Amino acid sequence: MSRRIAVIWFPHLVTDRLLRKQPELKTQPFVLVMTERGRRIVKAVSIIAQEKGIHVNMVLADCKSLLPELIVLDYDETEPKKLLTALAEWCIRYSPFVSIDLPDVLILDISGCTHLWGGEENYLEDIHKKFTAFGYTVRSAIADTIGTAWAVCHFGNNASIIDTGNEIKALSTLPAAALRLEPAIIDKLDKLGLKTIGSFMMMPSTALKRRFGQSVLKRIAQALGEEMEITDPVEPVTPFQERLPSLEPIRTAEGIEIAIKNLLQMLCERLQREMKGLRKCTLTCYRIDGVIVKTEIGTSKPSRNTLHLFKLFENKISQIEPDLGIELFVMDAPVVEELQSSQDALWTVSGKDESVIAELLDRLSGKTGVQAIHRYLPAEHYWPEHSFKEAISLSEKPSTEWRTDLPRPLHILPAPELIEVSVPIPDYPPLLFRYKGTIHNVKKADGPERIEQEWWLQQGLYRDYYCVEDEHGSRYWLFRSGDYDSGNVKWFMHGFFT
Amino acid sequence: MRKVADRTIIEQLKQQIEKLQGNQVHAAEQPSQIGLGIMENAFPGNVFAKGAIHELISNSAEEATCTSGFISVVLGKLMPNTGYCLWISTVPRRRIFPTALKGFGIDPERILFVDAGKTKDTLWAIEEALKCDALVAVVGEITELTFNDSRRLQLAVEKSHVTGFIHRFKPKTENAVACVSRWKVSPITSSLSDVPGVGFSRWDVQLLKVRNGKTGKWQVQWCPNGLEYIAPEQIIIQEIDERQIG
Repeated sequence: MSRRIAVIWFPHLVTDRLLRKQPELKTQPFVLVMTERGRRIVKAVSIIAQEKGIHVNMVLADCKSLLPELIVLDYDETEPKKLLTALAEWCIRYSPFVSIDLPDVLILDISGCTHLWGGEENYLEDIHKKFTAFGYTVRSAIADTIGTAWAVCHFGNNASIIDTGNEIKALSTLPAAALRLEPAIIDKLDKLGLKTIGSFMMMPSTALKRRFGQSVLKRIAQALGEEMEITDPVEPVTPFQERLPSLEPIRTAEGIEIAIKNLLQMLCERLQREMKGLRKCTLTCYRIDGVIVKTEIGTSKPSRNTLHLFKLFENKISQIEPDLGIELFVMDAPVVEELQSSQDALWTVSGKDESVIAELLDRLSGKTGVQAIHRYLPAEHYWPEHSFKEAISLSEKPSTEWRTDLPRPLHILPAPELIEVSVPIPDYPPLLFRYKGTIHNVKKADGPERIEQEWWLQQGLYRDYYCVEDEHGSRYWLFRSGDYDSGNVKWFMHGFFT
Repeated sequence: MRKVADRTIIEQLKQQIEKLQGNQVHAAEQPSQIGLGIMENAFPGNVFAKGAIHELISNSAEEATCTSGFISVVLGKLMPNTGYCLWISTVPRRRIFPTALKGFGIDPERILFVDAGKTKDTLWAIEEALKCDALVAVVGEITELTFNDSRRLQLAVEKSHVTGFIHRFKPKTENAVACVSRWKVSPITSSLSDVPGVGFSRWDVQLLKVRNGKTGKWQVQWCPNGLEYIAPEQIIIQEIDERQIG
């Protein structure tokens, strides 16, 4: 049995998707634009705008002069790929081999699939019906080869089916562009009057190769099935999910414990095989009265340690109300990450320590929440509040050195607090200051250290920091914001030195 | 001869008591000084007590900062190159500026800060952390610590040998707890000879209680070379008439 290929073309992929999300745009002309070398170029056009003479790759200014009421939206480069992949995964219901061809084509290997729909006509009709219901405009074709199906789909009659052996006949009337050639070659062919494929398909291959290059021969051979064309099929993602139906409704905490243990065992075995660890895990319990009870745990490091994960669930068991009984447990791991198998050898002691600490942190965050745990890394900023950043994981290493050349207080106030000061002359540290009702006489002072605002992050006044010591030997970090010329001077307490 | 025999008996009894109190030393672990200087002589065996809970009390924001500074210095000695420390605080109190920690000889990225919510949760978190033997030390910032709670913490470290620091900020009463020591650290006037300006951090470190040791009081200075002791005669309470500005 020969190979059969269906090609599905979405002529308005991105705009159709947008209309699905924002149906109010349906009656209005709109374009999606992207900035390219300083110019705003149209990347996708709605059907209404297209009828008014706007096409892809026009400059936005020209479009605006043609059609002042045009609505302009931003174009996301990654959108077509994401969309096509999602559509390809959906199309796996039609064929197990679905590949994508950017920017807007799906290629389905349908050998041996169509009889399930009662023939190729019905098969295509079903695809059309489904996609039209979703709001997508589609064109399609079925042929023995990708090349022919692509050509007929783009330039022939919609939903046409080319039987085996009829490729030459189908192709010969189509324009040269149907062969997926480069624009330069198409121009050349056009100049020579070779407008249809039929006009040059039968020419001697040596002549074609000499004049137009190898690619023309290759495309013809691919279209006629003389050369195999290989595509990369989309692999469906099987979710990390385990189910455990119970023979009789489970009503006790012990029963739930056993269920969780079994599910974790199954899930972790699969994670082990695929060298992955889970970061998030949900347990869904289906009760016989139709209520669904859900609990969730998270880990700070990918983990597939059954004991550890069970410990995390253990705290949550009391929250699961079995009521009349639970008949089905489903465990999902929606977030998984790569996890290399650990080696419990002598030289990885520190790594082992880290995983023990990570497990401790998981337990702590189970009670206090993940946002309660912080680890800091240096950031290259002078502004004190920006001089450190949160680390994402336990193993993240600092990218720069911590700065120690400038005096920094060990305790810092969450927000600078206003103080009253008495200053002899501008740009001098204060003689005394009042903080929370207590007057501190300044005996020694260092400064000022001026820290300017990082204008690319935030606007505002600069700060002049002083490090002062009062009569009791307590040391403070004060700053003045703004200068005296502007008349807008305020003093703040920002931290305590040791 | 009789006296010598008595002394050995007393030594043995002392060791037995130490064991009963949970202060037995690991056979594999040779106790050695951690580098705090003469301060360590106050502890039994002239070695700073690792694997135990130390209590520190501060009554003002300034004292709290100096206490954090002192804890950081000891942490720097305990985990010079590797290891992690957990710094657990009740929510509104944590004021540590991570960037400044590097100046006390610790890598700030090796400290994990936990903002536990209520006092109850904080104590639970501290206890869980103290049970984890992969950590070097745990710092807990809380206000009140009952005797029972402190006993629980002490039992946790006896197994795991993690060093614990409980920093109590403005406690209502300085009640008796089952920690090996009680410290108080307060700031004192810094001094720079010749040049004006603020000098290195100087603290008055008081060891108010220590189990089986001698209490003490030291004046120390933290400078780039490490911890320096200030001899009593060097401490001059200066009467400064003119302000020094640098």
